Amino acid sequence: MKSENRPLSPHLGIYRPQLTSVLSILHRMTGVAMVAGALIFTYWITAAAYGPEHFERAQSVLGSWFGRVVLLCLTVSLYYHLCNGIRHLAWDAGLGFALPRLQATGWLVVAATLVLTLITWFAAYAARGGA
Amino acid sequence: MDMRTAQSRVRGLGSAKEGVAHWWAERLTAIALVPLVLWFAVAAIPMVGADHAAFKAWVGEFGNALLLVLLTIALFHHAQLGLQVVVEDYVHGEAAKVTCLVTIKFWAILCGVATIMAILRVGFAA
Repeated sequence: MKSENRPLSPHLGIYRPQLTSVLSILHRMTGVAMVAGALIFTYWITAAAYGPEHFERAQSVLGSWFGRVVLLCLTVSLYYHLCNGIRHLAWDAGLGFALPRLQATGWLVVAATLVLTLITWFAAYAARGGA
Repeated sequence: MDMRTAQSRVRGLGSAKEGVAHWWAERLTAIALVPLVLWFAVAAIPMVGADHAAFKAWVGEFGNALLLVLLTIALFHHAQLGLQVVVEDYVHGEAAKVTCLVTIKFWAILCGVATIMAILRVGFAA
């Protein structure tokens, strides 16, 4: 029973990107990106278990400009996946499928992601005394 | 009534009847992660740039250690379930698919258990 030549759907190349489809694939991409977040979470805590020198080094790696760029990307990914995940849970409950509602909750997720990211990074810089 | 052909039945094709458990576990871990992630995003802020002694004291608080362990379990379980779906969607060769799925499961258990052991060691070691 050969199944290689069955037609595949959807043909993504012929669709104009729209908010719903872009947010849908972003949910998956940010979920996969969070693997890096999980690895950093494990690295951060296991470094502390290895002792002060290892933890201090982990803190300086994460606090370097490169570490901050990675953490900023992961903060955006985390908040996007969290907010859009709540949107998914609402759909699972049968809520919010009407097109205007889909559009509104989609933009709400984008706005909430940006606001939560800004709040978190503002708080983090405030905790470090602006450094 | 069974609509399948005799050949598909004898080959054991069709649903494994396990899809609902996977779908449900993905949702339950997602629901658990909403408050856990929001807690972490607030509670971990003072640990930005903290030294080892401050981190040890923070993890040593029972409530923090408890929530960190719960976060770790829900996080790695959810990650494994989600990555499994991605692999099943995009990796079509049987050998490559099974290799990816097993690697992801081992990775999630290794990192999850290592993180939990580290939390307990940092928080409660003498």
